[in-house]
Order: sequence, then structure tokens, then C-alpha cells
Amino acid sequence: MSNTTLRQLTVNGLWKNNPALVQLLGLCPLLAVTASTVNALGLAAATLFVLVVSNTAVSLIRTVVSDTIRLPVFVMIIAAAVTATELLMQAYSYELYQILGIFLPLITTNCIILGRADAFARKNPLPAACYDGFIMGVGFGGVLVLLGMIRELLGTGAIFADMHLLFGPSAQHWRWEIFSVDYPFLVAILPPGAFLVTGCLIALKNSVDSSLERRLRAHTPEPLSGSKRVRVTGTVS
Amino acid sequence: MKWLASIGLSGTVLALFAAITSIIIGWTYLSTKAQIELQVRRAEARQLLEIFPPDTHDNDLVEDTFEIKADTPLLALRQAARGYRVRLGTEVVGVILPTTARDGYSGDIRALVGIRSDGSVAGVRVVAHKETPGLGDKVDLRKSDWVLGFTDRRLTDPLPNRWTVKKDGGDFDQFTGATVTPRAVVVATRRALEYAELHASNLFETGADVL
Repeated sequence: MSNTTLRQLTVNGLWKNNPALVQLLGLCPLLAVTASTVNALGLAAATLFVLVVSNTAVSLIRTVVSDTIRLPVFVMIIAAAVTATELLMQAYSYELYQILGIFLPLITTNCIILGRADAFARKNPLPAACYDGFIMGVGFGGVLVLLGMIRELLGTGAIFADMHLLFGPSAQHWRWEIFSVDYPFLVAILPPGAFLVTGCLIALKNSVDSSLERRLRAHTPEPLSGSKRVRVTGTVS
Repeated sequence: MKWLASIGLSGTVLALFAAITSIIIGWTYLSTKAQIELQVRRAEARQLLEIFPPDTHDNDLVEDTFEIKADTPLLALRQAARGYRVRLGTEVVGVILPTTARDGYSGDIRALVGIRSDGSVAGVRVVAHKETPGLGDKVDLRKSDWVLGFTDRRLTDPLPNRWTVKKDGGDFDQFTGATVTPRAVVVATRRALEYAELHASNLFETGADVL
């Protein structure tokens, strides 16, 4: 894998083609579990793991499986990876497993995973596919955790509560109270808060993008060639 | 007949992958099974030991169970559930009863009520609820220690007509902005105490297996 593709994949996963902010994939868990940082982190880790495993497996079998049956095969691989993850989490992080509940098995239906398998992993060699899964997982998980932190902060005035569910008893005191509230700003924790905060994050990303573009245009007169990847927000080209 | 061969090939590949993924899942299941059972029991035991700490008894609470049928008037369980006996030597010093408040603000609130043989509350823990985060969820010990206010109370303290939230003329605090949830938990706790009083001989003496 050359350095340029590595850089490209990184920029794509974290920013330019971020699964949560640009492709808008996997919104269901994104909105449902981000009421606190620890939940977001737990689901982010599980999704990241599944993405890497599925991308790796899909890349390995890409020459064996014909186009006509690729989708059912991918779904089987993803479902197996998710089920195994679920069992492992149940065995070694039981409390978090209970909190994430239905959203753990629902990773199977998260479009990012099938999307990356079909759009990238099946056309690329193992190292690139593996890295793409990792960086897309980080991009998705990063937004998940950021959302969790913002919502937890707005809703409870503190962040990092209950981190011991993930990191053991030593994390019991990680809770960091930033301001104290008598009446929590409930909307932030309830589902509408997820939409509002996600919307703000997307708007923020787009405004950063357009100001970058403006600055770039001031230096180079010719227009930029458009992105060929799937975009839902931002400029469609 | 080229298409037939291609269907056959596709079918074989699909079946192959189904077999491989099944084996992976089966293997993971078998190798985590023991650990998962251990975790489930540990989580259960942790909860029970919070109500009756280890120094109050000498039996294994998770093992010493009895069944309570669904829909008994006082406990209102949706389905049959396990209760636990707490023994010191041969004597039953307490029980832990599962109970369900069907009048929560959003759905059922399931709780465990620990009751000593003298009729006093050893502890109440809400184990499952869907109450509003930030308001009603203060019945959860992780959010607030309100639920500890039941400890050492009994049916005569406070008197039955004061076994409700302050808003209804009772002795227990409600939360700012949420009365329905604490009311449901207070009433469910009172009912569990009444149940224990009604079935005292079965619970504390004869040791029936099904109630």
C-alpha cells in the first residue's frame, strides 16, 4: 500500500467521506445510543471491530465469490462477525452488553459495513481493505463519541460518567462535572437531541469545508474536480 | 444448460459460506458459553448481595430460589420469576422478592425488594425501567440514592396510608418534575411488604418452592 493511498484513505474515512457526517450511514445506532459517552464508545468499538473483520474477510474472498451472489455472502460474513462480537461482549463486558442491548445485533444492518464491503473491500487488496475498515470505523466512532460527549454534557452537565462499565473499577471516578444543573437540559438526552446535535455537527463540517474551498479557490483559479463517491450532504457532483 | 451450471456453482459457494459462518458462530458460542453464564450469575449475585450483604447470611443466594407465579395481585409479575431466600444457618432471615409496578410513567418498572423476616425492608433495587432520563430515572441507584430511603422501613413505619409520595400525603419524596415514577415504586414496595406478610409462613418457615 503506497503512502498516497494510505493518506487518501485516512482523509476519506475521517473527514471527506466520513460515514456519519457525509454518507449519513448507520444513523439508527448513531442517534439511539449516543445519550452518554460510555454507550457511544462501546458501540463505536464494536462497530470498528466488525468493520475491520468484515472488510478483511471480504477482501480475502473477493476472487472466489462471483458478483451475482456477493451480497448474500457479505451479509453472512457480517452477521457472523456481529454475532461473534455480541457473544464476546456478553462474556467479557456484560454490563455494557446489557446497556447496548438491541443495538449490538443491529450492527449487522448498519449500512456502513455492507457499504464498505461492497464499495471498497471487494475491489481492493487485503492491507488497503483492512485499513479502510479501520479508518472508517474510527471516523464513525469518532462522531459517535463526540455526539455522546456533547449530549451528555448538555443533558447532565458532566461527561465520562459510568466509564467503569468499559474500563473497570479504576474508571469509576472519571466522571467530570463541568457545570451543575438542577434541571437537566432533557432534550439533549432524548432522541430529538440526537438529531439536533448531529445536524449542528454536519453544518459545522460543511461550513469548514466551504471556507477551506474558498481559501483554496483564491489560490488556484481552476475549478476542483468533483468527488465521485457517494455523498448525501454537501455538494452532489 | 450453462445457466444451470452457474446456479449450481453459486448455490455451492453460498452453502459453503453458510457452513463456514455457522461454524465460526457455533465455535464462538461454545467457547464463550461458560464465561457468559458466569457473568449472568455474577451480575445477579451482585444485585442480591447489595440488598443482603455477604455478612448477613451464609447461603448462596443465586442457588436458593423459589418460583413466584405471574399475575399474583400484590407482585403483579408479567411472567413467573424467581425469588430468593436468605439464610443464616438453618433459619430464613430474609427473602428477596421480584415485583413489577405496572403503573410507571412509560411501561413497567421491575424491581427487587429485600425483606427481612421481621418485616423490615433490607433494600429495594429497580432492575429494569424505561422512565424519562434525568427525571423519572432517579429511582435507579446509579442515578440517585432515593431508593435507599426504603431501607429499614416496614408496613407500620410509616403507617399504611402514608406509604406513598409526599404529594399524595405520604412520607416519601417525589422528584421535581416526576411524581408518577416514584409513586409507582413506593406503592410496589408497599405491596411487596404486604405480600411477604400474607405469605410469611410459606416464605420464612415451610420453604415452599412455588408461590
